[in-house]
Amino acid sequence: MWLKNIAFIALATLLLASLANWLLLPPKVNAIDRPTIVVSDGIDTARLAINEQFQKVWQDNDLKPAPKADDLTIARRISLGLTGTIPSLEEIRLLENRPAEDRIAWWVNHLLEDRRFGDYMAERLSRAYVGTENGPFLVFRKRRFVTWLSDQLMANRPYDELTRDLIAETGLWTDHPGVNFITATIDQDGTKEPDVARLAGRLTRAFLATRIDCVQCHDDNLGGDLKQSDFHELASFFREAQNSFVGIRDDKGKPYNFKYLYGDEEVTVPAQVPFNQDLLKESGGTLRQRLADWVTHPENKPFARAIVNRVWAVMTGRPLVQPVDNIPLDGSFEEGTYPAGLEPLTDDFIAHGYDLKRMIRLIASTEAFQRDSRADHELTAEHEATWASYPVTRLRPEQVIGSINQASSLHTLNADSHVLTKLVTFGETNDFLKRYGDAGEDEFNMDGGTIPQRLLMMNGNLVKERTKNNFIRNSATRVASLSPNDQVAVETAFLCVLTRRPTEAELEHFVGRLKNKDIKANRSQDLEDVFWALMNCTEFAWNH
Amino acid sequence: MKRFENILGPEGCGSLGHFKRRTLLGAAAGLAWLTPLSRLLAASAEANSSTKRPKSVIVLWMQGGPSQLETFDPHPGKKIGGDVKAIDTPVKGLKLADTMPLTAEVMDQVALLRCVTSKEGDHERATYNMQTGYRPDPTLIHPSIGAILCHELSAEGVEIPRHVSIFPGPFSARGGFLGNKYDAFKMFDPRGQLPDLPRRVPEDRFQARLSDLDVLENSFAQGRRQDLGSEKTLHRDTIRRATTMMTSDQIEAFNIDQVPTEIQNQFGDTPFGRGCLCATQLIETGVRCVQVTLNGWDTHANNHQLQSARAGDLDAAYSATIKLLKEKDLLDETIVLCGGEFGRTPKINPAAGRDHWPHGFSVALAGGGIRRGVFLGETDPEGSKITPETKHAVRVEDIHATIHSALGIDYEKDYQTPIGRPMAVCQGEPIREILADT
Repeated sequence: MWLKNIAFIALATLLLASLANWLLLPPKVNAIDRPTIVVSDGIDTARLAINEQFQKVWQDNDLKPAPKADDLTIARRISLGLTGTIPSLEEIRLLENRPAEDRIAWWVNHLLEDRRFGDYMAERLSRAYVGTENGPFLVFRKRRFVTWLSDQLMANRPYDELTRDLIAETGLWTDHPGVNFITATIDQDGTKEPDVARLAGRLTRAFLATRIDCVQCHDDNLGGDLKQSDFHELASFFREAQNSFVGIRDDKGKPYNFKYLYGDEEVTVPAQVPFNQDLLKESGGTLRQRLADWVTHPENKPFARAIVNRVWAVMTGRPLVQPVDNIPLDGSFEEGTYPAGLEPLTDDFIAHGYDLKRMIRLIASTEAFQRDSRADHELTAEHEATWASYPVTRLRPEQVIGSINQASSLHTLNADSHVLTKLVTFGETNDFLKRYGDAGEDEFNMDGGTIPQRLLMMNGNLVKERTKNNFIRNSATRVASLSPNDQVAVETAFLCVLTRRPTEAELEHFVGRLKNKDIKANRSQDLEDVFWALMNCTEFAWNH
Repeated sequence: MKRFENILGPEGCGSLGHFKRRTLLGAAAGLAWLTPLSRLLAASAEANSSTKRPKSVIVLWMQGGPSQLETFDPHPGKKIGGDVKAIDTPVKGLKLADTMPLTAEVMDQVALLRCVTSKEGDHERATYNMQTGYRPDPTLIHPSIGAILCHELSAEGVEIPRHVSIFPGPFSARGGFLGNKYDAFKMFDPRGQLPDLPRRVPEDRFQARLSDLDVLENSFAQGRRQDLGSEKTLHRDTIRRATTMMTSDQIEAFNIDQVPTEIQNQFGDTPFGRGCLCATQLIETGVRCVQVTLNGWDTHANNHQLQSARAGDLDAAYSATIKLLKEKDLLDETIVLCGGEFGRTPKINPAAGRDHWPHGFSVALAGGGIRRGVFLGETDPEGSKITPETKHAVRVEDIHATIHSALGIDYEKDYQTPIGRPMAVCQGEPIREILADT
């Protein structure tokens, strides 16, 4: 009998040890038996041009830049920017298995092929295209629109083509999801037709980074040249868009009448663009098609600048030009009108067929993106303002919840995750977002955190659920049960939550904490406390 | 206790002083809807102050631009007058629109400005202008009234946020260059307890967690901008304030459930009414500034019906706020401002709406060091613009100078922005006609 018992204990120990080995040591890496070094795919010239501009700014302002950040810090930025979450422990092990020289380039490519990239970037871009409201009932399908946008991003559809679909597409909102850009503005209580003024405002902000909607009600009263007529003539390009039983179609010849602020009566407003008029085709296609061709004309640079600035902001938390949708129409880096990086990024984007994935690779490869937010010398607000040190920016609510969920799982939560995990995560996400506060369309404001957010993180349900004793789901419990010793437990917890290893001082403190018997808590609760602290610190809630 | 001081600060919830206050007051808490702590604080403030000065502001913010013609400045029978009638008030010569009968009764407590002008006709820009006294400047963000108050005036003994925004809109009150720590605490319908206040683990574990957090914060600060925590993330400060709130009796001020139904009814059974009632409780507890937003004034179509509905919500809540503050003897210490970003056009558009009109609109001030029962000017009955030369014309910045002056804040002094640029508290001049004699 005792032989049986010993055999059972030995077997169980063996099983547990192999489980621990599987969970805590580098996971099996299927993707790369013999890593192929990722080549630069011809972005070196553009990268050098961008880096030169930043270096000039640092020299001119006598700023010593921060050193390059370590790979895990950069990888965390890239994950947050492209997937809205931090890397999993599994991904960290995978990343660290790569040769150092191509680790970052490989990581970007890896994530660009991950469905999470399409979904997250589509969600962020859709805010500019269709807003954050639910929109009109039935004729606007937000979910369908975002999924379609995600498909386009995954397929790396050229951005000019994608934009032309948004502006000029016809058909039903379900079969031709691009038309939701139009149907999102349908006035269901009034005309039951698309709202040309809202469309003009959206178009200029989202695709041209110009706030022409300021002159919707009156001429520019701030010394600018724009007139109220500029806005409404642009809006007139949408006048033929009609809502019908076959979806959105163009009713050729339909006029747009409007009474200007100081006009005596309504006038028929012609369709005209507010600048670069020479790029507008005189005829051919529908009004919306002509507008779409003008917006995406390679010489109409505000179009490319707008998306460069927005993607930079999504990736880093801060746009190159603030606010993200208000870039001067004319200017240059030399004159000081445009910040470092904007023009070379724009030129490269146009020259390479509006390739979004290339632009993302280029941004991630720049010196500015890879600076540390720490240095041995003094860093100031000016360093951050000029990207001489990486700006510390607050994570968006979706990034916070994505990171909580990921940190509480040792394996990557992605499209392959179990359906139950996804369902639970979806429900918790919605509740958390409601409480934490959605940033809405104004998603790049620089406010600090708030008291309700801190209370939610300290005492709310989600952090409790994701750190409490749950061997199946929570990494805190698994780390508590399976770590061979306290050092490994603390190090694993740090990697899971902060994507780095603890410093010596931190290791000493937390190992001491796990050994402390003054506080009545079991080991699982000890690790719950460690995860709680890691999830409640500045480092977790901010991009850095 | 000492080991937690780094993260909690000397006034943190772990401080001995705090526990003593709690222990002393805990037994009495909840006996009446007037919190004993607030009474104690008020008594203490009174005993300590040599000169009685107004100390708080309630901003009733009418987002969208209320029509002066359907509220404080009616012109019945005129082409621009719309469908309202005028009703008498206790103030000789002053008539209000018949949409606001209850407000009319309290106008003897109010100073009404009816020729306010601004240069901003866009919602976002005009809101910024009205809330800060400055026009938008792409190079910096100016602080709102509430942020300046919190910066200038003490809030000793107050354990809850000193600047609160109820139903915050898209352009909520900011600390601007004074720092994000002066941003308003945002909250919504004040029914029930604020969420997420009870801690999830026993006290010893919670304190140990805070101690762990302290180690991590020290680590994160190393090598980074020195002012990162104090000027940008505010993380430690926010945690300290959150933990203080968790154990404070003063959080009862956020909840109006204990207020007698009779009093709740006076404010109207609307979210805005409940917000105003909550604002009076917060002010009583020592909060410096509460902004309560009433949306829905942007009536480009169907003006009369929509403005009348909003005016109805405002009427009950505004009049009840003034009355309750007076009853509680708080009106002398509290300025109540009621206004929006601009007014609406005298001319009614083809959709029966009124459009944006920054050339003559109304703002009402009451309490604090403001004279009672006065009004300045009226808009032109034929609808002409009010210009700065018009008699009784008032600029937005003048309203700010008046409030600061009444609060005892040196409105002419310069702040230094983070890049060392001098910036006056306010650009305007006080409106002497509505300042009470001191």
